[in-house]
Formats: sequence, structure tokens, C-alpha cells
Amino acid sequence: MIQINVNGKLRQVDVSPDTPLLWVLRDSLGLTGTKYGCGQALCGVCTVHVDGAPLRACATPVSAVAGRKITTIETADQSRVGKAVQEAWRTLDVVQCGYCQSGQIMNAVALLGRNRKPSDADIDNAMSGALCRCATYVRIRAAIHLAAKSLA
Amino acid sequence: MPNRNIENASRRNFLQGAAGLTLGFYLPAIAAPAAAGKAAPSATPASADTPTFAPNAFLRVGVDNSVTVIAKHLEMGQGSYTGLATILAEELDADWKTVRVEGAPADATRYNNLFWGPAQGTGGSNAMANSWDQLRQAGATGRAMLVSAAARRWKVPAKEITVREGIVSHPPSKRRLHFGELAEAAASEAVPAKVALKDPKDFRLVGKHAPRKDSVDKTNGRAIFTQDIQLPGMRVAVVAHPPRFGATVRGFDAKAARRVKGVTDVVQIPTGVAVLATDTWSAKKGRDALSVDWDESRAFRLGSEEILARYREMAKLPGLVAHKSGDADQAFAAAASIVKAAYDFPYLAHAAMEPMDCVIQLNAQGCEVWNGEQMHTGDQSQLAGIFGLKPEQVKINMLYAGGSFGRRASTDSDYVVEAAQIVKAIGGTAPVKLVWLREDDMRAGYYRPMFHHALEAALDANGKLTGWRHRLVGQSILAGSPFESMMVKDGIDKVSVEGADNLPYAIPNKLVDLHSPPDIKVPVLWWRSVGSSHTAYATEVFLDLVARSAKKDPVALRLELLAGHPRHAGVLKLAAEKSDWATPLKSGAPGSRRGRGVAVHESFSSYVAQVAEVTVAADGSIKVDRVVCAVDCGIAINPDNIRSQVEGAVGFALSAALHGEITLKDGVVVQGNFDGYQLLRIDEMPKVEVHILPSSERPTGIGEPGVPPLAPAVANAIAAATGKYPTRLPFRAEEFRV
Ligand code: FES
Ligand code: FES
Repeated sequence: MIQINVNGKLRQVDVSPDTPLLWVLRDSLGLTGTKYGCGQALCGVCTVHVDGAPLRACATPVSAVAGRKITTIETADQSRVGKAVQEAWRTLDVVQCGYCQSGQIMNAVALLGRNRKPSDADIDNAMSGALCRCATYVRIRAAIHLAAKSLA
Repeated sequence: MPNRNIENASRRNFLQGAAGLTLGFYLPAIAAPAAAGKAAPSATPASADTPTFAPNAFLRVGVDNSVTVIAKHLEMGQGSYTGLATILAEELDADWKTVRVEGAPADATRYNNLFWGPAQGTGGSNAMANSWDQLRQAGATGRAMLVSAAARRWKVPAKEITVREGIVSHPPSKRRLHFGELAEAAASEAVPAKVALKDPKDFRLVGKHAPRKDSVDKTNGRAIFTQDIQLPGMRVAVVAHPPRFGATVRGFDAKAARRVKGVTDVVQIPTGVAVLATDTWSAKKGRDALSVDWDESRAFRLGSEEILARYREMAKLPGLVAHKSGDADQAFAAAASIVKAAYDFPYLAHAAMEPMDCVIQLNAQGCEVWNGEQMHTGDQSQLAGIFGLKPEQVKINMLYAGGSFGRRASTDSDYVVEAAQIVKAIGGTAPVKLVWLREDDMRAGYYRPMFHHALEAALDANGKLTGWRHRLVGQSILAGSPFESMMVKDGIDKVSVEGADNLPYAIPNKLVDLHSPPDIKVPVLWWRSVGSSHTAYATEVFLDLVARSAKKDPVALRLELLAGHPRHAGVLKLAAEKSDWATPLKSGAPGSRRGRGVAVHESFSSYVAQVAEVTVAADGSIKVDRVVCAVDCGIAINPDNIRSQVEGAVGFALSAALHGEITLKDGVVVQGNFDGYQLLRIDEMPKVEVHILPSSERPTGIGEPGVPPLAPAVANAIAAATGKYPTRLPFRAEEFRV
């Protein structure tokens, strides 16, 4: 049994310690908002926050995050920044297929959490590991600027 | 009173006929997939007490004022749910805020694609085009019945009643009712035989801003994709596929796989060996532990370079004629000068962000499927065959697809069949979720075919274009598929040559011919914009080269040759104007070279022109700074979605132009994940401007048409910057180094 703290709740999971956090969230805890895209830390669709910092859940063994604070898309709206980002995403209708968007939003929330007024270059730096096959990048950029404005 | 059935089990028995505008009656409210939360979304009507007005197969109005539009087309990102709902809500005069969308069940008697005869499915960018009349009718019928119900209640003439945003009013007496308050009564009204449709000038949603219906659930993690389905007792299956196309299982040793905790079964299926487990990670570990002995005696063993070399050889000989007008040979014999070029296109993977997956469960009624379902009728019949069922016993829950770009519209239902074979191999004892890991998805084939194009143009002494020869070499997508009889004529696969055989330019003598090598056994499939994904490049880059050779402006030459094609010319002029084509481009940083390029192309009956501005650095690396797009897709139903689709298409096409390439070595696919098959990233995304040409033509597609012009516009810009046209995709920086 491994104990992890997900979205403010302590959860016991009976998995082998090498199981990536992604599959614990999705298959053991039913938190399917966090997606699988590559399993190799190459696409960012599995991004969650661990102690407030973005992390690729597919490449993180669950044993490595025992006792740390994990936040997923399901509770993104509980922070002011998370709410602002979701709101901006909806105002601009960023999503297309939507499959990458949990990861995009978690990366954007982390960016705005540490930088309230990101430049385009800051956005490129923070977001270039988050792939979107539908290429919604024009709107992702605009939505991050919009969220920043609403937080100012 | 007409029919007042309360129906609890299935809606399949009524509302027969394509339009389904037959009866008014009650239906129980149905759990919407998006609202079903963690439970498996299902199209099965849940019994509920709320009576509902459902005048046809596409609409339900609840007493709670909810307006539910039943979408027959897959939502895979292209905005179909929102677009379909917009059309219906327009004629119904619904309040957009109360409109919700639900995926239709698989039932081609009601939900067939009207452009595909009796088959239900999504593709060819035709969701809006084939639904336009149908859903306007459906909405107008609902509205007329609500109006007659109000007229009867208020005892006033129907023509004195107005409807706006979900409220039915009688202005002379200042009475008003919400849709919900009339739903019960409207259900008793006779369905009118004929209804009047709105004059487009009265549209309040079409052409205005109707926000996407899936934005909320796709930004809070609640949208349900196939990957997210969990059923009681469900097994997750990960499959070991052969390393080469055409190889089969000779034997396997499952001892180590079975020892992995969580693994429940290891079974052989026609496409490989499946490892089933209680969860995804255990299934993957089980497969890693599996050892399979492959019989490769019939495997395909060529590499990309060898295939390409063969194609170049084949291009030296005439192929089957796809288009012939005038006398090309004569024009070339009489030419003052001849321009030639050839272009090579690689295999491309769709690489949808959600890898292919499918959930199937056998039950007493037959089987139930959860899938980002794009080909209902084909998949139903395949599954019926495997399980010995009638097609209507195959119930399909159409979920959101995490992208498709053609991949989920597989002509032989490949991954759906694989899931079924696994269910069959375990005797139907558990529901199975087939999960392809990224490497499985990338290496499974069903690629955009590799193509080689060779073109020649004849010019007379005045530089006038008198002859055009275009030869294509590449695998047929449709040969051997159920579509062959419909779309392959005299050996010409229509989707190999689309965009080339209908070249719009006024050239008196044209010949287009095709080789479709049958011995290349790489599975190929339509990939966003299909034939136009390569034909637009070949034709538009070559025409640009011709313009350059004849010292003519690329826009001016195109316009000269497009006299008979006003819609092509319309978007071309608009793109030129908005991009300041006539003004020279500002120069870039020292050492860099900048250029502007244009392309125009029609696909899926929509017309798109793009002007790209490109900076080529001294090291040859290519940065696309800005793309100006002009679009004519008929009546613009959701202008913002059109912009969104074209922005996305620019990124998707640029991804292929800069990075996209699946290569085979000795028959083995080299790339397995996003390290080898790079996708465009946010820092490479250009600024995109989308201008929509006002139109009163019928709406046409927008999911695909933004793709074809991008790569040629960028290539032509590269040539403007460097003097050199890229002839091989993806672009290679070393070719443009100073
Ligand atoms: S799934 Fe984790 S980075 Fe791709
Ligand atoms: S919205 Fe489809 S992958 Fe990003």
C-alpha cells in the first residue's frame, strides 16, 4: 500500500511502486481528466502539479510522490489562477478535440502561478513541451494573456 | 390525440425514415454522455419522469426548457456538435444557453450521412453540408409545433405568434411561454407536412457567435473519451503487434507475462498476441514480458528509400489517365520552353493525441461498444460478422474522439475489429478496453501514402502556359476497401488524384496520369485533406515555379488562369489584399532571408487561399512568421469555429511540412513516439489571420480545407527568400543553408 495526497485527500493505493502516477490517477482512483499521450514525458498531456510545480505523471513512479501534494485538473478550479485560466479558455473557445487540454491548462496554471505577466517568450518556454495535435496554439497563447489580464 | 407513447427501452422502433419527421410524442429524458460523469456514458435511454417533446430524431425539448440536439456526427475537435446544434437551434429559435448536444446512436435508418447513401459516419468534411437542410427542417418543425400548441392554448391565430430565444410570445395580448411550458402540449400537435425556413437575413445564430458546447467539459477534465471508460470487471488489453506488416504469430511464450501481477489472460488474435490485465500498466508490463516468435516469411521488407526509388522509376512510364483535355503531346512538341519538376511526399502518421482505443462488451442483447465512433455502419457490420449478430444488435456509444484526422475512419475497422477479436478470444467473459500505447499507434500503419509527383509545363514564345502534364505515383487508399466500387473508376482511385485531376487553371492541353503500385504492402488511409495533402503542394508549387520562369507575379498569373473560377479567384484576391501582397516584405535580422508565398486550393467544395511569410536563417532553418488565410466555405455557420479550424489546419499542415515523416527501414517503422515523429510546438506556431468571404452558397466543409494550401504557400515563400523550391517533404534545413 502506498499513500498519496491527491486533491487534498489522502488515498491508499495497492499498486507496485514503479507504477507511474498517471495510471494510479486514472485506473486506481478514476481521475480520468489527466490523459495518456506518450508515456515518455514527450507530450505533456499528463501534466499534474506536485507541490505546485508541473510534473509529467506518466514518467513519475507513484513511490516518488508519496507524501507530496498532487493536484489534478479535476480541482483546477479551486485556485484563483486555475479558475481564471479555465475562464479564459472558455471565453476564447480554445479547445478542439480537447484531449491535450487538461495538460495545457495545468501547464498554463503553473506558469501564471510563478509569473503573473508572461511574455510570448515566457509562454514559449513554459508551454513548448505541451503538444496539441489540433494545433490550438494561437488560442492557447491568447488565453494565457487573457487570464493574466484578468488576474492583474 | 396522436401518439403519446412513453418509451423506456429504445427509440429505434419509431422515427423511421431519414428525416424522421413523422410523429410527435413523449420520450423519457436520456442521460447525456457529458452529464453522465464517471459512469460509462451510454446511449441507452434512462427512465425518467420528465416528459419530453421530441418531434423528430434530432430534437428533444424538456419541460425544464432544455433543448437537446442529437448529433449524428462525431465530435473529434472539428466543432461538429456545436455546428449541428447551431443549425437546428437557429430554426427552432432556441435559447443557445439551454441547448445541449448528445451523440446519436448507431442507426443508419435515421442518422445516415445523406452524402453517403445508407451509411452512417463522419468524414469528407461534410457534417454541415449534409445536415444543413435536414437540421433546418428539424428545427423549423419543432418550432411550428410549439407555435401551434401556443395558438391552441391562447386561442389566437398561429401567425400572430413570435418565437425568440426559447420563448413563444403573442405580442398583441402580451402573453408568453417558455418552450418547457409548451413541451407537453406540443407533443400532441400533428407534425406539419411542410414548414417555412427562415430567410438568411433573419438568422440570429448562424453567422453570429455561438460558443462551443464542449468547452466547459473539455477544460475541467470531465469530457469522456474512450480511454476514460471504466466498466465493472473490465480488462485492459495491450497487444504485441508484428514488427513488420504482413508478419504473423508462429508461437509465443506467455509464462513471464502471466506472472506479472494484474495480468489475467494472454491470447492470440489474428493481429498478434493480446495481454489482458486489470489495469493499463499491468497490461503493458505483461506485454513487455511476453516473447513472440513471428513468422515473417510473407512480411513486407522494403524501406522508404527503396520504395521512393521504385516510384521514381515508375514515373518514367505513362500511367492510367485520370484527366485528359486538349492534346498535351502536341503542346509540348510545339513549346518554346518546358519547365519540369518532381516532388516527393513521405508516409505520415495521423498521431491523434488520443491513441486508438475501443471498449467492447458482450451482453444478452448483443454487444455494446464505446468508441470515438466515425464509421458506425461499417463498424456495426464488421462486429456483427465477428460475433454472429445482426448489425442492429451492435450498440455503439459515440464518445468524443481525441482527434482522428481520418484515422478513426479506417476502411476496414482495424482497431475496432482487434478489440472484438480479443473479446471473442476470452469468450466474452469480460468487457475489454483495447489500448494502443503511443508506439503501437505510430507503428500500426494506416498512413497517408507516400507519393511521387512529376510535372511538366509547356510555354509558348510569349510565356503563355499551353500544356500541363502531371504524373502521380502512390498507393491507392481505396483499392480493396468497401469503397472501391464507388470511388475507383477504371483503375483510378479518386482520392489519389483529387486536387490534380480537377486543376482549375485554364490551360488548353492537360494530361494527368497515375500509377498505383499494388505490391507495396504498407497500410494506407485518408489523412486530413486526403489526396489534396499532396496534390495541392505539387500543383501550387509547380505553378509558382512556372510563374517565376515566365517572370510573372504568382498572384497575377493565377488570377489570369482562374477567369472561369470566381470562388478560387475570390479567396485569392482577398488573401492577397489582406497580406499586402503588393507591398514588399520587411527584411529580417542580418543574415536571414525573408519571403512571401501564396497558394490557393479547393477541397471538399471549400476554397482556401493562404499567404505565408517566412524567415529562413543562415543555417537554413525555417520559421513561418505569419499566415493570412481567406476562406470561402459557403454560408459561415459558426465563423469563430471556421477561424479555429483554419488556425488548427495551419498548425497541423505546418507540422507535416517541417517535421512529418514516417520512414521504413527493411520494412520496420523507425519512429515510435514524439521524439522521432515530431509535432509542431507552440514556439513554431505562426500568427494566423483568417478572413471569411461572405457567401450565400450552401455551407461546405472546414475541417480539412485549411490544410492543403499551407505547405505550398510556405514552400513558395521559401523560394521567394532563397531562390530554391523545396521538392521533398518535410523541408530539410540543410538545403537552404547559405
Ligand atoms: S503522457 Fe506524459 S508526457 Fe506524454
Ligand atoms: S485540442 Fe486536440 S490535441 Fe489539443
